[in-house]
Amino acid sequence: MTYLDHAATTPMLPEAAATLTEALGRVGNASSLHSAGRRARRAVEESRETIAQAVGALPSEVVLATGGTEADNLAVKGLYWARRADDPRRTRVVVSAAEHHAVLDAAEWLAEHEGAVLHVLEVDAQGRVDPETLRATLADHPDEVAVVSVMWANNEVGTVNDVRALAEVAHAAGVPFHTDAVQAVGAVPVDFATSGVDALSLTGHKLGGPVGVGALLLRRDAGCTPLLHGGGQERDVRSGTLDVPGTMSLATAVRAAVADVDRRTATLTALRDDLVARVVARVPDARLNGVPLDRPGERLPGNAHLSFPGCEGDSLLMLLDARGIECSTGSACTAGVARPSHVLLAMGLDEDLARGSLRFSLGHNSTPSDVDAVVEAIGPVVERARRAGQALERT
Amino acid sequence: MSGQGPMRVLAAMSGGVDSAVAAARLRDAGHDVTGVHLALSAKPATMREGARGCCSVEDSRDARRCADVLDIPFYVWDLAARFREDVVEPFVAEYAAGRTPNPCLRCNEKIKFSAVLERARALGFDAVGTGHYARLSGSATGPTRPVLRRAADPDKDQSYVLGVLRPDQLDGALFPLGDTPKAEVRAEAAARGLVVAEKPDSHDICFIPSGDTRGFLAERIDEAPGEMVDPSGAVVGHHRGVHDFTVGQRHGLGIRRPAPDGRPRYVLGLEPVSRTVRVGPVEDLDVTTLSGADPVWLVDPPSGPLDCVVQVRAHGGTAGATVRVTADGVDVALAEPLRGVAPGQAAVFYRPDGGGDVVLGSATIAATA
Repeated sequence: MTYLDHAATTPMLPEAAATLTEALGRVGNASSLHSAGRRARRAVEESRETIAQAVGALPSEVVLATGGTEADNLAVKGLYWARRADDPRRTRVVVSAAEHHAVLDAAEWLAEHEGAVLHVLEVDAQGRVDPETLRATLADHPDEVAVVSVMWANNEVGTVNDVRALAEVAHAAGVPFHTDAVQAVGAVPVDFATSGVDALSLTGHKLGGPVGVGALLLRRDAGCTPLLHGGGQERDVRSGTLDVPGTMSLATAVRAAVADVDRRTATLTALRDDLVARVVARVPDARLNGVPLDRPGERLPGNAHLSFPGCEGDSLLMLLDARGIECSTGSACTAGVARPSHVLLAMGLDEDLARGSLRFSLGHNSTPSDVDAVVEAIGPVVERARRAGQALERT
Repeated sequence: MSGQGPMRVLAAMSGGVDSAVAAARLRDAGHDVTGVHLALSAKPATMREGARGCCSVEDSRDARRCADVLDIPFYVWDLAARFREDVVEPFVAEYAAGRTPNPCLRCNEKIKFSAVLERARALGFDAVGTGHYARLSGSATGPTRPVLRRAADPDKDQSYVLGVLRPDQLDGALFPLGDTPKAEVRAEAAARGLVVAEKPDSHDICFIPSGDTRGFLAERIDEAPGEMVDPSGAVVGHHRGVHDFTVGQRHGLGIRRPAPDGRPRYVLGLEPVSRTVRVGPVEDLDVTTLSGADPVWLVDPPSGPLDCVVQVRAHGGTAGATVRVTADGVDVALAEPLRGVAPGQAAVFYRPDGGGDVVLGSATIAATA
């Protein structure tokens, strides 16, 4: 098997799996006062400190959650509600057009159910938000915006935003800033403190930890109304019994992934550049989406996102799958119907080209033979997918 | 069916029990099977409401669940645009023109064994397998001409809705359920651990899950009011458009005045140009000849009169007949009268056979007398 869908989920790091399985045998609620509880609490707090240190945050800024979707929802809705409660004029939500649905749909929900006014920031042809675009939107509505959310790195095309500049613009307008860094942590350098953001989402399973555990990094001075009410855990922002083994495993994975960023960046960049160059050599009209490869640092090292004119993405996916190569076409609706990606459409691709796109995402255990497998398969697969595309066209 | 050894087969999986068992049998026969659910609705995210219809989220999930149990790859293909153009829009247009179309038949002809088969072939598949109840032998799996027969289960036989397929379409078709009664298919599904074993059969037109065909048409066809005329030429009522009616219909005519002899009236004919609905007594429904357009032959086109059995609607409606090929299509003389023969339906010609009546060909009913 050639697994090139690490942006969907990446295999657990052996040390994270070991931490998890070892911890699963223990008892202890981190809120209990007896010794089992104290042991659990100690394990959680040490994990929290590990996570905080790895991403440049304070331990008290780590709000543990079930993953990226919960962290994004908590940030977008929680920051919105708190800021609006503080200043009822602030009823607007600003997000970028390339956000993950966990942000986009949370913002749309606020618009549909909470009377919010949604502003979607356009992105450029590479999928990036220009800080001036944000500045202009905020200037158009002084004192009316409650929260801004722009992702650190895009999950589809791998484009890295200038989060620090965007956060500065938001702060200059008195607006809290959230960033979805689910794809960024462990892939590019991320430092919560110097980024200046108020809230940052991360999740375990994108960086070698378990599914079902993640965190919202939340500045102490950021007001955030909880989604979940209950036992008052996690600064009263996120109630719920803590997942001790999951948290320990998350910490192990975050520490290992962050420590390995430089080496991994070098390895994955080389593999990715090789993949793109050789695929384009086989399929000359294939086009790379996102930031050009000669601008490292602005693109996730493991991301190769390509459009193949005349092909349906789901045909490509099926043909590659049949050859043991696993990659992704982007999103599908709940019934499983392939949809042109909203990210690609926002970047200005036409619908046909957006449909004919594939994401290859490399990760910590990717090897040159994975790239070889894609290169070997891509020519015949594209040729066949093109014939299938023509079969569907009317003559 | 085969005899050619393992093939790459695309199994069309609706989410129902028949197509799931069909896929299982194809896999067990040694074929390399990939499951595909066809999303045909413009809004595939719509949750199923009341009556069962195809292409809801639940059906897609059921199909995927079965594919996972069978351990075959599974994909969803979006055929909604083609389905709308080739099935739904012609369905509406046919009603507007005073005819009574069969959309399942059109879907087999234009979608499953055209768009899907063509795409599958382009992707390297040899055939499309479905859960239709019909027996097929000597298909493109082999060098001989395909022979399509009625299913072993007479209640489930779907050879009629497949009778419009051309030989080259049947060449790429596999129907693994043709030999099996439905009850056995359900038992087999249960034994295989397929969760759809007890799922109810679909009866309605899949794109009209409410079952309210008249309401569906009323939203899409402008009212074209006209008169209802009896055989004497008397105007006995008025209507909102010929699309509200089907030949043979008795109820819902909205005629207040009873016939002089007190007997019920039936729709005898629909004339969209003059906006006339002809009504009359039941015996006037009797048809002894019909003409058919666009014939399709699974045998050599007959050079002389062809004695056969003709079926004129999906369930029932069979009679002995003699078919003659004409310049415009076919003329069919019935050995005994048939009632409720509606233009727009297919006439499928069979040769009686102990091993399952053999489909010889078909035509679209253009006119009756």
